Amino acid sequence: MNNVMKIFMEAKMQPLGEAAIQVSFGDRIDPQLCLCARALAAELEKNPFPGLKELEVSYTGVAVFFEPLILIREKIEKANPELSHSYQVVENYIKTLLKKIKLSEADVAPRVRVPVCYGGEYGPDLEYVAKYHKLTQQEVIDKHISGDYLVYMIGFAPGFPYVGGLPEDIATPRRETPRLAIPKGSVGIAGSQTGAYPLETPGGWQLIGRTPLELFRLNDLEHPSVLQAGDRLEFYAITPGEFKRIAAQEGSVAK
Amino acid sequence: MNILVKKSGLMSTLQDLGRIGYQKYGVLVNGAMDSFSSRLANILVGNKQAEAALEMTMLGSTMQLPAGIIFALTGADLGATIDGQPVPSFRPVCVTRDCLLMCGFAKQGCRGYFAVAGGFDVPIIMGSKSTYLRAKIGGFDGRALAAGDVLKVGTPAPTMQLFVQQIMRKYGANAAFATVPWYAPGTFIFDDNVIRITRGQQYAWFTEESINNFLNEPYSIALQSDRMGYRLEGEALQYKEKRELVSEPVTFGSIQVPADGNPIILLADRQTAGGYPKIAQVVCADLPRLAQRKPKTSLHFQQVSLAEAERLYLQQEKFINKLAVVIQQKLTEVYN
Repeated sequence: MNNVMKIFMEAKMQPLGEAAIQVSFGDRIDPQLCLCARALAAELEKNPFPGLKELEVSYTGVAVFFEPLILIREKIEKANPELSHSYQVVENYIKTLLKKIKLSEADVAPRVRVPVCYGGEYGPDLEYVAKYHKLTQQEVIDKHISGDYLVYMIGFAPGFPYVGGLPEDIATPRRETPRLAIPKGSVGIAGSQTGAYPLETPGGWQLIGRTPLELFRLNDLEHPSVLQAGDRLEFYAITPGEFKRIAAQEGSVAK
Repeated sequence: MNILVKKSGLMSTLQDLGRIGYQKYGVLVNGAMDSFSSRLANILVGNKQAEAALEMTMLGSTMQLPAGIIFALTGADLGATIDGQPVPSFRPVCVTRDCLLMCGFAKQGCRGYFAVAGGFDVPIIMGSKSTYLRAKIGGFDGRALAAGDVLKVGTPAPTMQLFVQQIMRKYGANAAFATVPWYAPGTFIFDDNVIRITRGQQYAWFTEESINNFLNEPYSIALQSDRMGYRLEGEALQYKEKRELVSEPVTFGSIQVPADGNPIILLADRQTAGGYPKIAQVVCADLPRLAQRKPKTSLHFQQVSLAEAERLYLQQEKFINKLAVVIQQKLTEVYN
């Protein structure tokens, strides 16, 4: 945990325009930086300052969007005339907060289990991926399930997770010709990334399976995305029968 | 009351001030490209500033309006007419009988805004009425308007009833519409002065020559520019060394530079994060003017401090909030 303290103390802060601040804990993709970013976001959500608009967690830090109009009334000591008033108020606030954050194993690594029906019509590229690595389809599935996955960021599309941790021996290049429509829930591999598509979109990923989970729920205002940055992710295999049963349940909770 | 869309125009979408609070779930902010004009249009019809307006790009829509509706046009001059009569912009207009509002090509500016008293009655998705084209949600059915669409209008603010009575008695004799003798000052958005910027997060990654070029040479807005971003053409910019950037958050007005050296200004439909180095950030106060620039016109950038950017922002916010107070008084004053 001393290491985490050091990361917090060495956080770099920069303006992202005059209505946001970018807090960075480093410049590499690293599970520890991701967890620090998640911890800061959680702390800010628990203790928001007046004028806080929204937070965005990324690979290495947190962007904090705010309303300068509200912050202009706060006082600051020893102001820097080059920087804006509201930026300095927020910077000071975050510095103070970073000193107070305490990380515990329990609140930094929740595990989200995602069921996947592998192969067949659900994973049309599983055969290709197996052949590419000279493995059986079952071996690819086993390796995919064995991965230690971390959701670094949600982006690109609503609820779309950037996931790290795919076993290198099943990393597979994207398809030469992208598909025009990838079915919702598809689980794929693109290079050393894996992930699941919450919505139907075009894309070039190698599709090895599909999850019946509704990864993005329009009508859930609190948590529209099942996955969040910093979540640990676990895939497990289900049969087509289980897929249909879960999909039917999910259909009733989502839009 | 309903509005029937007869012709859609090039790209007309409902937009408010954006979907705030969901970027962490990968949801884009969207919202009006020129938020000043959108807010002003709503103020003029007695709505809250954050109500949705119809944003019409380059070529406006033609709509069948019902008698009794109150609307305002701001932003680009789309040469709007009713029964062949020009309809003045930047003021509230009352429609006295069913009529056809025709908007054409933008004579000045790039995006026109059309607000109606009572706002547009469409579902609020994640706190916003903005159209999210790529995810097909929000606005009208998650898409740009098409001929045959029927837009439902909400209930106007109670003060607007008195306004309609007064205006009809005083000005609404025979014409299809009546308006007021005053107008709001909203044309500064056409001013093509420099676009002010502050330093981007990776400003120091660029060569000195590139920074000089960026600040002193003109950049032209490429044709393949849209609500997501303006691609710029001009002196290509170079990094001091090739470095990889891990994707990080971006915002409205972030200027990122891909490896080919041609800058891209990210706009209302920007993605939540980007992996290209950011040389600069357009100041908030200049975003409305930027959004009114047409493709193929050129931009000059000028660097200001973050403190100056904040001062400009606060000045513009005070200006629009003062306008809101004055216009509200005008709308409720009794015409004798």
